[in-house]
Amino acid sequence: MLEIRHLSKSYGDTQAIADVDFAVEEREFVSVVGPSGCGKTTLLKCIAGLLAPTSGEVVLQENRVMALVFQEYSRSLMPWLSVRRNVALPIRKRPDRARLVEEAVEAVGLTDALDRYPWQLSGGMQQRVAIARALAYQPQVLLMDEPFASVDAQTRADLEDLILEVRERYDVTIVFVTHDIDESVYLSDRIVVLAPSPTTVKEILEVDLPRPRDQVETKELPEFARLRAHVYRLIKREEAEVTR
Amino acid sequence: MKTWAPPTVAVLCVLALWELVVGIGLLNEDHVPPMTDTVAELANLLGDPDFWAAVGNTMQGWALGLGIAAVLAIPLGIVIGSSATAYRSVRFVVEFLRPIPSVALVPLAVLIYGVGLESKVFLAAFASFWPLFVQSLYGVHDVDPVATDTARSFGLGRLERLWRIKLPSAVPYIATGLRISSAVALILAVTAELVIGSAGLGRSINVARQSGAIELMYALIITTGLIGYLLNTLTSQAERRVLHWHPSQRQVAA
Amino acid sequence: MRRVAPVLEVLVPLALLGVWALWSANSDTFYYPPLTDILSTFNETWVFERVGSDVVPSLLRLTAGYLLAVAIAVLVGIPLGLNATARRAAAPIVEFLRAIPPPALLPLAIVVVGVGNSMKVLIIAFVCLWPVLLNTIDGIRGIDPTLNDTARVYGVSRFATLPAAAPQIFAGMRTSLSLAVIMMVISEMVASTNGIGFFVLQSQRSFAIPEMWSGILLLGILGYALNLLFTVVERRVLAWHRGAHA
Repeated sequence: MLEIRHLSKSYGDTQAIADVDFAVEEREFVSVVGPSGCGKTTLLKCIAGLLAPTSGEVVLQENRVMALVFQEYSRSLMPWLSVRRNVALPIRKRPDRARLVEEAVEAVGLTDALDRYPWQLSGGMQQRVAIARALAYQPQVLLMDEPFASVDAQTRADLEDLILEVRERYDVTIVFVTHDIDESVYLSDRIVVLAPSPTTVKEILEVDLPRPRDQVETKELPEFARLRAHVYRLIKREEAEVTR
Repeated sequence: MKTWAPPTVAVLCVLALWELVVGIGLLNEDHVPPMTDTVAELANLLGDPDFWAAVGNTMQGWALGLGIAAVLAIPLGIVIGSSATAYRSVRFVVEFLRPIPSVALVPLAVLIYGVGLESKVFLAAFASFWPLFVQSLYGVHDVDPVATDTARSFGLGRLERLWRIKLPSAVPYIATGLRISSAVALILAVTAELVIGSAGLGRSINVARQSGAIELMYALIITTGLIGYLLNTLTSQAERRVLHWHPSQRQVAA
Repeated sequence: MRRVAPVLEVLVPLALLGVWALWSANSDTFYYPPLTDILSTFNETWVFERVGSDVVPSLLRLTAGYLLAVAIAVLVGIPLGLNATARRAAAPIVEFLRAIPPPALLPLAIVVVGVGNSMKVLIIAFVCLWPVLLNTIDGIRGIDPTLNDTARVYGVSRFATLPAAAPQIFAGMRTSLSLAVIMMVISEMVASTNGIGFFVLQSQRSFAIPEMWSGILLLGILGYALNLLFTVVERRVLAWHRGAHA
């Protein structure tokens, strides 16, 4: 579905991404984790087409479409548009947009807020609007850049479960950047662990936990702890090697 | 080099366009003289003592007007701004008086002060009083309450709080006020010269027009523009210097 | 203390008016007629005797010049805001033109366009252009990059994010409104046969002092009223901005 082939990105003399190479299968949930500042956001922006890679390429299967959900949800929603019109923005030329908007908003549980404005909503709700907007766009691939980093822990857990539901309902492929190791293990089918800047792929792990996932039961499984510890040590070791 | 190129090219293009448009007759030569003639006239003026006398007159009006305004507006603004009660009492009056165009007082100025320097200074001072006063007022009043509370918890008295916290916070606002008031003072000085006939560039421009010396008129207008440009640049730079630590001026190190 | 302050806000202006009335009541200075005289002259002149002959032409010129300036400023400001090279090229020209003291331009306007209505409209427009232009440019430059990224990702044209510049543009429009009133008055004092500015100057020349003061008072009220009207319009258009920044 989506292939990142030997991607590198430099800004002048600084190399942010050295060589990142991995593939994403249809309907997979892939998390990308790594130490702070390793270039996760840069990578996602290259994949989304907002930045041009210095070398390498991003290959998306023909006729497939990508949407991006930003970390700073309040800055990605247009404050002068209502929720309805914000969600409709990418699809405003389509004749069936009303239906798509209502479905997407219902999928994220915000039907009551359709005619409110972003500033009238809480942080978690604003992020849901951003997700609804991405869903209304009907992408095959959903890119998410630390989308839950700026909400509180309680809301984060709710949003994590929401994204799993949405994945089932809309059948999307998700590439999910996060710095939260627990979150990456909880949500994913596979985890791509990145090395510190200039970044490369350190390791790709399979996450063999049963679905549907549950905030309590899944996290009590020994396999969860093992995976979590493994990723943690990978990242910590990387950080230690850099500072040595 | 890269930063100089676009503006230089643009200015040269505009000058060339001016010459061209007049040359081919698109603009009537009686209305707009050729660029080259105007520039030559401007060069001539530099050696003309009457020209410099007029410049001096305008600058004198500007300086006196701005100076009087500053001496009145800044202390008054600071004193009223630092008292919450005084501020609230005065606010409505200020908001009503502020939008009154000072040019409306031109006839009044003539009546009381005649047609000389005093009228010019009165108008310039009255007009440039407001931006400085309002800026000083808001500058002292809008100080971050966390800063003043912190100072109070450290036992700083009212006067010390004014001197150490409120005044330094207000300085950038006052600097902005000076920039605005400087431009306003120049405008009113020239207005007085033009409408009342006080000595200065404004009057010279009018006289030039009335006697049909169009290149001279254009050259004088360009001079006033250059003076204004120079004053703006100087006051902006001073403002930026004073503001460099202020949050509004910070750029995130990308 | 809190309950005293709002009362003071109303009391102080009223007190000042009262002082003015009292002080001028006994005045026999030619230049400062009693406030009561000024008010009665105001009544005779402006309610509604000279509205058609002077107020309406003044307001029409003001509106035409102001709207012309806003339209041009926004149309030119948007591309300048979006393109750094164009902006750098235009900067010194813009800075110079806006630094010319507007009264100095009056003779030029008279020479080129004559002494009719178009001269006044054009000079009002020229002067009002700059604050709106500069603020439009700043407003466009200041649009949050995340907003622009969002538009790009979803294949939406860049123009969809332009409303984000509206608050700044309105700030410029407010400044220009005061300038419009000033230029209207000056241009009428220098070259006109009607209008409020013309009336004030004429009154002074013919020593009709209470009439002159009534005109000054009217100008003050006009300035205040226009500002108020502007605030009302701004509140409606920018309701979303106030909400987001509450």
